[in-house]
Amino acid sequence: MIQNAHQPNNDSNGRILEFENLCKSYWLGTTELPVLRNINVRINRGEYVAIMGPSGSGKSTLLNMIGCLDRPTSGKYFLGDKEVSKLDDNQLSLIRGKEIGFVFQSFNLISQLNIIENIEVPMFYQGVSEHNSNARAIELAKMVGLGERVRHKPTELSGGQQQRVAIARALSNDPLLILADEPTGNLDSKSGADILNILDKLHEQGKTLIVVTHDEQIAEHARRQIHLFDGQIALDKIN
Amino acid sequence: MIMFFRFKRTVKLGIKTLWMHKLRSTLTMLGIIFGVSSVIAMLAIGEGASRDAQERISRLGSRNIIIKTIKPQEESSVGQQQMLQEYGLTYDDAERFQNSIPNVRVIVPNRRLAQQAQYRTRRVSIEVIGTVPWYTDISTVRVKFGRFICSEDMHYKRGICIVDEKVVKELFGFDDPLGQNIKIATDYYRVVGIATEESEVTAAANNFEAKEQESAKKGGAKLGGVYIPLTTAKNRFGEMSLQISAGSSQTIERVELQEIIVQTKDVDLVLGTRQSVQSLLARFHKKNDYEIIVPLELMKQAKELQRIFTIVLGSIAAISLLVGGIGIMNIMLATVSERTREIGIRRALGARKIDIIRQFLAETLLLTFLGGILGMVIGLVIPYMVQYFTKMPTAITPNSLFLAFGISAIVGIAFGLYPAYRAANMDPIESLRHE
Repeated sequence: MIQNAHQPNNDSNGRILEFENLCKSYWLGTTELPVLRNINVRINRGEYVAIMGPSGSGKSTLLNMIGCLDRPTSGKYFLGDKEVSKLDDNQLSLIRGKEIGFVFQSFNLISQLNIIENIEVPMFYQGVSEHNSNARAIELAKMVGLGERVRHKPTELSGGQQQRVAIARALSNDPLLILADEPTGNLDSKSGADILNILDKLHEQGKTLIVVTHDEQIAEHARRQIHLFDGQIALDKIN
Repeated sequence: MIMFFRFKRTVKLGIKTLWMHKLRSTLTMLGIIFGVSSVIAMLAIGEGASRDAQERISRLGSRNIIIKTIKPQEESSVGQQQMLQEYGLTYDDAERFQNSIPNVRVIVPNRRLAQQAQYRTRRVSIEVIGTVPWYTDISTVRVKFGRFICSEDMHYKRGICIVDEKVVKELFGFDDPLGQNIKIATDYYRVVGIATEESEVTAAANNFEAKEQESAKKGGAKLGGVYIPLTTAKNRFGEMSLQISAGSSQTIERVELQEIIVQTKDVDLVLGTRQSVQSLLARFHKKNDYEIIVPLELMKQAKELQRIFTIVLGSIAAISLLVGGIGIMNIMLATVSERTREIGIRRALGARKIDIIRQFLAETLLLTFLGGILGMVIGLVIPYMVQYFTKMPTAITPNSLFLAFGISAIVGIAFGLYPAYRAANMDPIESLRHE
């Protein structure tokens, strides 16, 4: 259903991302506040990973790090075969658009754009032509079951539908990984279940998924769970 | 190619966003609209006024020096009111100019009298100009039909006259004036020619002058002129006139000439000749009963005045554009902070800083360009309305259009860059959290 799915990478056994001794600290005045300490993780192609942990455990910071929104204080971060920690702001922006599909808790659709235009946003910044991006956006909208509502504005949709648009948007540039932050956090249980079903399907199609959540039930869907505690990996288990 | 399509889509997005906030966009644009239109309108009014002044002055002739008789200030000794008051330019003055001032090409002595002219039953107020045959050499008056005064007319003091177009229209209507007799004061004069006043300024101003004359007709300010030989005027009207002033005291005034026009051989000689004229007059006139008008000097003054006028009007208009620009910047800053979250989303989805800058700059530029165009339209309409309602001449110059549009474009870039830069430099993580 999704075109151009990534073929397994010959290099390094299909590594999608890898952290090597990743550290991140913030500075409060002169006091160093370590948030992430010596994170070493490797995630391969096609994995479905849940990152869990109580608030204050460094979950969000790790998410920002994976999403290339933030840079580590020390250590290395490989996304595909690129070392992200060395890139400048421009290159980071392009990588975010190309290789990462964000799904946010609060959907984060742009309210003045309709569904098609929302799905097109990441493609616009990659320089995909209007003709191609429009065709792909329609295809993706159909795939998430919103084929007939493509001219509607996000405010005319239910939460579940909005999140489906967000997933379609995340898939538009066929990224290396889908990064979902509490994707069902703002949804009722039925819509939430729908979204989780879509994520399961994506996994079956061979997509790499990382879901950040504090919900055990959601984490059950994933094949691997990484628990963070106090800025360190406390548990890394296969379901 | 990709750049072009991106540009097109960025502009489209800008239009869409602006259209969503119609009221805000319109209010923001108003500043630019008023700024641009006031630049154009003010410059048009200023230019019109100065062309008008220069036109009037150039009609007096740039090589001419005009000496006019004025009534001297009455001495404060009220008790000693003379019955006979003698003042003004004389035939002797004209002769002295002719004999003792170098570089004089020609001298024209004139009498000017306000009179009534009658043709059949119609009477109109006119100005009688007693002059010499070579009057046409130094003025813009030209004979359209018939002839002007000739030396025989002067010699025999003939009762003939040349009327100008205004008189033709007011006095004769559809009759052919040539060969008819009109009555001025107690005597009859045969019309031998019709005169018209021709502009020295070229074609562009011709059109303008037509408008100006039209408005003068409506206003009815200028009297029609009737030209008669100077000798005839001296003979028939004499030099005395009875003045009845307040308090029923009567004085008799004696004035030989109302005006002497001295034309120099070259424009460069005008100022020197003026000095000679002045010193000559000062020697023979005890009373301050004359004034010297130098059209060339007036022209210079008018040009200087025009320059100041343009600078003042231009800076007022430029300030209003500046204020408009600040208004735009203010709104754009508010828009940026209102759309913080959108900026965060776009950054997360792969927008580079330059993409965000483009997006916001496009919006500002759209506002200023649209405002600039609307302002130009209004700026072109205002001068016409001013001209229509106040009869004040206006002239739109292409320069003012370029200037106004250029300024609005610069305002757009200058005041759009900072908000766009602010938007681009927001931290994506912070902006995503922004509610």
